[in-house]
Amino acid sequence: MEKIATRVAYGNALKEFGGDARVIALEADLGKSTMSATFGAAYPERYLDMGIAEANMIGVAAGLATCGKIPFTHSFAIFTPGRVYDQIRNSVAYPGLNVKIVGSHAGVTVGQDGATHQALEDIALMRALPGMTVLSPADANETRLAVKAMIDHTGPCYMRTGRLAVPQITNDIPSYKFELGKGVTLAEGGDLAILTHGYMVAASLAAREMLAKRGISARVINLHTIKPLDEEIVLKAAKETRAVVIAEEHNIIGGLGSAVAELLSEKYPTYIERVGVKDEFGKSGDPEALAGHFGLTAGDISAAAERLIAKNRCCIRLP
Amino acid sequence: MKKDKLALTAAQIRRWVLEAVYLAKSGHIGGSLSLAEILSVLYWEEMKVDPQNDRDPDRDRFVLSKGHCSPGLYAALGLRGYFDIDELNRFRTVKSNLSGHPEMNGVPGVDMSTGSLGQGLSVGVGMAIAAKLDQKDSRVFCVLGDGEIQEGQIWEAAMSAAHYKLDNLVAILDNNNLQISGEIDKVLNPYPLDEKFAAFGFKVIPADGHDFDSLRAALAKARQTKGKPSMILAKTVKGKGVSFMENNYAWHGAPPNKEQYEQAASELDKTIAALEKEVG
Repeated sequence: MEKIATRVAYGNALKEFGGDARVIALEADLGKSTMSATFGAAYPERYLDMGIAEANMIGVAAGLATCGKIPFTHSFAIFTPGRVYDQIRNSVAYPGLNVKIVGSHAGVTVGQDGATHQALEDIALMRALPGMTVLSPADANETRLAVKAMIDHTGPCYMRTGRLAVPQITNDIPSYKFELGKGVTLAEGGDLAILTHGYMVAASLAAREMLAKRGISARVINLHTIKPLDEEIVLKAAKETRAVVIAEEHNIIGGLGSAVAELLSEKYPTYIERVGVKDEFGKSGDPEALAGHFGLTAGDISAAAERLIAKNRCCIRLP
Repeated sequence: MKKDKLALTAAQIRRWVLEAVYLAKSGHIGGSLSLAEILSVLYWEEMKVDPQNDRDPDRDRFVLSKGHCSPGLYAALGLRGYFDIDELNRFRTVKSNLSGHPEMNGVPGVDMSTGSLGQGLSVGVGMAIAAKLDQKDSRVFCVLGDGEIQEGQIWEAAMSAAHYKLDNLVAILDNNNLQISGEIDKVLNPYPLDEKFAAFGFKVIPADGHDFDSLRAALAKARQTKGKPSMILAKTVKGKGVSFMENNYAWHGAPPNKEQYEQAASELDKTIAALEKEVG
């Protein structure tokens, strides 16, 4: 199946659901990259160019939301939320306004633009805000459903999308159902669980194939909603497998790995391995080459899984 | 000359500002006192608002971008009938919704939560765009501090207000010339204000921020301005109405002690008593 970037699917979805007159798109001069321009072409009267002025864009969105609109703001994730944390915190999250912040070009797979444009902390920043829903869809279908869910949900949301075209996964899973705040089991398995989101979902499924060849059965859970975390699905996976790998295109500090570590250390202590960018900045390069450089491939996930299983063999506390 | 009857309202706002900050032992008194006439003329005359229906979607909006002057806003809202004015006795306490900075959730009449400087004008732009999109005649009034405009976001917002031709947006600059560390032109000079805001596409209207007729004339000019936002440059005195607080930046965010409170209360009570005789 053709690969599609989640940012492209996002633009199409906002246009598809944009018939709702409450929906307003605000863009900080990157519409042809964030793909908000797809909405803009269909609904020019509700497409507001805010120029290269992200702080103001967030405030304007807040003002629109106080008047019953559903504003979607757009820029690269490095700038929104990256550049405007205080505006999001004080003008959106604190008053609990119905603003949807969409940050595209998240992660190192931005590629050649390099470290200054590769957001690796966006989830950490947004996850720390009370009342903020944080989303990271894996493919086009999931992105579409996430856009619909954000419109239906009243309250602030942050969603990251990616620049790179990614494989289509969720359409092929008959049981797949999108529900805000609920993880999705993409493949069953009993020896360990791989928890993942966004760009790393495809690599996690590939890692599962690699592990299967070595007789290890891995469950793959896609947590498209990072906050609120689906505690039930995570705890069930930990209890049933006692080995949890978290794979994400984000700093290992503050992302899904941290969210899962916080939950499990309190409710069901379990050894985990975090596959992500190891507390460093990105760099320029071909996106796939960068994924290799920063240890974000199926091979890296599979190796982490094997390390975890070996650790459990020597140290596990049996019930 | 007969005193303006709003003068009594402004004096009552000042008295409640003093009371709230004294009881809370904290809060921003100087910049609240400089706002009393501006708030009076907006809430009692200019704005289309109804305290009994404070979420009316067709109402005019008010954003206090200099959110630390919440005592002034709360006093105006309480006296206007949005809530029981006695709530100001619990300003900044854990049992009250009257936080140090205005909160739109839990305080009737507050249209936007503010406090982090530089953000309110952007919110006003969003409200004004929403009214234009919905073809409503709602107008948006946004009060800015003169130190606050050192924030770059103000100028982003100014650019967007002019770009979208928001003639339903009226910004009012409380130009008392003082910020927490001293005179604004000594801390980081934002002058000349008229030329800057005119260059950013605003109709710039100078006013005396303590003179009702001057404020009314400025608001009338703003009402008549088409195709661009208005900026009323209101010349004010920080600490206005309390002799020893006037033009002294030490009163930016400090509460009075008992002796200072008693002196200030006595001055304001005398002003109120005199005004009650003249206009009551």
